Amino acid sequence: MEILGLLLDGVFIALDPLNIMLMLIGVALGLFIGAMPGLGSVNGVAILLPATFLVPPASAMIFLAAIYYGAMYGGAISSITLGIPGASTAVATTFDGRPLALKGRADLALVTAAVASFVGGSVANVLFTAFAPPLASVALDFGDPEIFALMLLAFATFVGLGGDDIPKTLFSIFFGLVMASVGLDIMTGEPRLIFGDITGFMHGINFLVLAIGIYGIGEMLWTIDSTRGNLTMTEAVLSIRRILSACRESIKGWKGTAIGSFLGFFVGILPAAGATPGSLMAYGVTKMVSKNPKEFGKGHVGGVAAPEAANNSASTGAMLPMLTLGIPGSPTTAILLGGMVIWGLQPGPLLFQTQTEFVWGLIGSFYISNLFALIVNLAFIPLFIWMLRMPFTVLAPMIFVLSVVGGYAATQDMHDVWLMLIFGVGAYLLRKLDYPVAPAVLAIVLGPIAEPKLRQSLLFSSGDPMIFLERPISGPITIIAIILILLPLFKLIRDKFKARKAAAG
Amino acid sequence: MRRAEIITAGLMALLSIYLMYKSTELDIGYIKGEGPGGGFWPFWLAAGMLLSCVWIAINWVLKKSPPSQSDEKYLDSYGLRMLLLVGGGVTGFIALCHILGFYGAILVFLIYYIRFLGRHGWPATLAISITTPIVTFLFFDIAMRIVLPKGYLEPLFLPLYDFFF
Repeated sequence: MEILGLLLDGVFIALDPLNIMLMLIGVALGLFIGAMPGLGSVNGVAILLPATFLVPPASAMIFLAAIYYGAMYGGAISSITLGIPGASTAVATTFDGRPLALKGRADLALVTAAVASFVGGSVANVLFTAFAPPLASVALDFGDPEIFALMLLAFATFVGLGGDDIPKTLFSIFFGLVMASVGLDIMTGEPRLIFGDITGFMHGINFLVLAIGIYGIGEMLWTIDSTRGNLTMTEAVLSIRRILSACRESIKGWKGTAIGSFLGFFVGILPAAGATPGSLMAYGVTKMVSKNPKEFGKGHVGGVAAPEAANNSASTGAMLPMLTLGIPGSPTTAILLGGMVIWGLQPGPLLFQTQTEFVWGLIGSFYISNLFALIVNLAFIPLFIWMLRMPFTVLAPMIFVLSVVGGYAATQDMHDVWLMLIFGVGAYLLRKLDYPVAPAVLAIVLGPIAEPKLRQSLLFSSGDPMIFLERPISGPITIIAIILILLPLFKLIRDKFKARKAAAG
Repeated sequence: MRRAEIITAGLMALLSIYLMYKSTELDIGYIKGEGPGGGFWPFWLAAGMLLSCVWIAINWVLKKSPPSQSDEKYLDSYGLRMLLLVGGGVTGFIALCHILGFYGAILVFLIYYIRFLGRHGWPATLAISITTPIVTFLFFDIAMRIVLPKGYLEPLFLPLYDFFF
């Protein structure tokens, strides 16, 4: 009951006129960002974070969370009308959304996506509200070793579950962590890793420099290179009557919506997984339990509902570890976490005690943003489709401008703008060789938190690393992390074993 | 791709070694009573980077990663042209920020990109290229009070400051 009271207070905070305006702008921007191929929630949040220094932290966070939400809705628009996902989180939506559009039922696909997103988001909000406070109160007892073990676990999920090339994933993690350690040593204040004695390195490398470099400049280069300017569009015929009848028809996808809503949330909590694999898994499971799986891929309503419910649900799920433990559940929440540090908020379980208005205002805003996103989405589908006609040769230079200006605004140092360019071009070149970039962003955000935890833990144990295994909470977490890191090795051995058996038998 | 994969791994290994060397400027061992030294964390992480590069190289020899099996060109003529025109354009843009300031550089960059790379007409080009710096100025300099560098165009902005502040 106490939670309901807090939630009600939070909803009232979120209903402040400034916050309502920010939520509306946020979801509309998010829908646009999500719909634009080459831009997803993470790009929008990274590029627009510097623009939020204008408003108080709580409102800034509500705004960015609304973008995050809106982008999950928006991804479906281009998946359905263009046949290419507007964001990686909407890849699975193309499987059945595109065939529906080609059959002339783009309206049904778009409405189903919107309704499923709303249901997914709502289910996730309820789960979030139920789980977050108890988790935060458990986490209050965590000391340095426990928090370091949790971070280890976060990185381990990338290795064990990320599905990317393992040495490249590790490289990305280590690189991000080293970049985070540039500047003054947090514990002794000595200058460290000042490359070429350039003074610009003294203040360290702000995570935004890496994040905007990768998700602004690098992403644009990547998109221009990979799409090569070939996009074709399917028209959607829409009217209020068609939308209403599509709403009724979209109920046929209820199974997909239900599966996506719950599965998405729990997959979203894992740092390496998040909305993209969550939506793919939801699609797979829905197809598996369906009575006629053969219809999937040819324009089944459930095939649109499942991934869309899942990606919205996962985006809320990713917020759970970020707010309660200070460990982001996705690259986007990693950037939000970095933002919280800039605003002077200490992420972690204490937030629920010291910043109740911030936390509950944000949670309240999830509910309202979700509703706004549904309304804005349904009301302005034709507008978003029209905006998709915006040529990429206009959008791309605008993103470059926003990235450069945002990169400067974050630290107000030209040195960082150049560094951002280097990271952006570097990220593009490495990404062509399958190096995953998300782990590096997570690492540069967590690095400055992880290092002192490790050093303090080791000081506490006089240099004995066993401290992470011996304590009752950090022990199991560390063991799970180690198992996850070794998971690919187990798979390799099992495959070898099977191959040998097959050869022998 | 195959050649690019090993060259990149080699370059990244060199970077790792440099980072390890640079970390040794501070103590990388355990200092009694103080805990691990300042170089400890970056040193071992950079060592981890180096090991990852060695692993990537082993996968390359065994032809296990997709790029090490691919015969495709790493940067084909389109990719290279794009990188030079777009990447070069952004580099020029940032360099111009030092001379013309952000707002002048935005104008020049947008004209370059929209007119010459995008081949849009002059009316559209000029409409976007002129509106963007104005909106940016109003948002950053005026609303957020984050003053972006003006370079040699600073005198042009003096009347604007007088007007707004």
